Amino acid sequence: MSIIVKDLTKVYGEQKAIDSISFSANKGEILGFLGPNGAGKSTTMKILSCFIPQTSGVAEVNGFNVASQPMEVRRHLGYLPEHNPLYLDMYVKESLGFIADIHKVERKQSRIAEIIEMVGLGREQNKKVGQLSKGYRQRLGIAQALIHDPAVLILDEPTSGLDPAQLVGLRALIRELGKTKTIIFSTHIMQEAEVLCDRAVIIHEGKIVCDSVLSDLLTDHPGLRLEEVFLKLISSGV
Amino acid sequence: MLAVFIKEFSSFFSSLVAYIAIGVFLVMTGLFLWVFPESSILDNGYATLDSLFAVVPYLFMFLIPAITMRSLAEERKDGTFELLATRPLSDFQIIGGKFVACLSVIVFTLMLTIIYYFTVRTLSVPSGEVDSGAIAGSYIGLVLLGASFISIGIFASSVSKNQIVSFSLAVFLCFFSFSGFDSLSTLISLQAVDAFVSSLGISEHYQSLGRGVIDSRDVLYFLSFSALFLTLTKTVLGGRKW
Repeated sequence: MSIIVKDLTKVYGEQKAIDSISFSANKGEILGFLGPNGAGKSTTMKILSCFIPQTSGVAEVNGFNVASQPMEVRRHLGYLPEHNPLYLDMYVKESLGFIADIHKVERKQSRIAEIIEMVGLGREQNKKVGQLSKGYRQRLGIAQALIHDPAVLILDEPTSGLDPAQLVGLRALIRELGKTKTIIFSTHIMQEAEVLCDRAVIIHEGKIVCDSVLSDLLTDHPGLRLEEVFLKLISSGV
Repeated sequence: MLAVFIKEFSSFFSSLVAYIAIGVFLVMTGLFLWVFPESSILDNGYATLDSLFAVVPYLFMFLIPAITMRSLAEERKDGTFELLATRPLSDFQIIGGKFVACLSVIVFTLMLTIIYYFTVRTLSVPSGEVDSGAIAGSYIGLVLLGASFISIGIFASSVSKNQIVSFSLAVFLCFFSFSGFDSLSTLISLQAVDAFVSSLGISEHYQSLGRGVIDSRDVLYFLSFSALFLTLTKTVLGGRKW
């Protein structure tokens, strides 16, 4: 198991952002993390990436506990935060070099060249980050998450705000990466989950309302499209 | 930590921040030392750098907060702090890298003023008769004072996402810790403990180093002062309620 989440709860003041959720992801699986805005997707991902501590419950990434072994988790995890924060005044290669230095990546220059090739930043590699268009920034964010060749990738809304062509390219990249890595990505677009992932966890108001293989969802709700199933699940609130 | 240091240091010099701060600093010290008659070495007639060491703490009070105000406030505002915090770096490595980067800029700036020392040395009669010991002590005092102000500045930068708030808070804290305790100690009601109260302030320890005697108590004071504020910063970042 690459990712294990058990009874995870996060309370902000009075409000429960996530309420004792449990799920897991196997090695080499692409897991879609779905839910409407404010459902608790980002909170879960921030806990998994050791950015904020959970209130209670257990989360493990690649066999390491996020609460007690955060450094190990961070070494084995590539994380693309929501809104993709980047240092806009750095050059593309400089920002990748910075992240590579933090991870003490060996053969830094060739690794950077390799990763630039992989995410398709070749033509933009000599620009400043601030000059890149949204799609290329997103690719750079993913490149930063991948530079140390992590076993697990957590992508928080990797495709938000992209144009259709960029969307297709990025999805192809994620599918390609999913052959060797465990990936959790969040989205609120059902079609995206349909083309990308094997399994979907649907979360609503901090609770998991569904955790199943996508094709099973369709057989369970005959005659409905995935999107309708999604709406039905989150409106019934299970 | 080295990676954070290099990133911070190069960002100072790839943006205008460092050039403007250093430029302003040099112009101001130049004016005070050689042009303004009240503090000018030429009008004073003594071969000392006393007026330099008297004015620099007050310049640092504004320039250091200007350098440090963005260090954490900007990272938090842009969300790039999440980028750093989810990498294999402890909070202390992030803070330490930033602290050392700011300190390097300050040390570099101070090194540029050594030219004043050689000027005064040359101008003195007989040539070369200056109190080098006291000057060396004062430089060490300035580096330690700079470190204390930087730790205040980084702390102020961690408290708010707004750089103006960070700057104002840092200027106030720097001013108060430098000369606030001295002024407080002259209060009538505190006169029984005035030596103790003024020994809490930076000014007393800075002047003591300026006499050319490196007293371990003064050095220890400055080091614990910086450590205190860096630890406070770490506590603020560790809370992560944002």
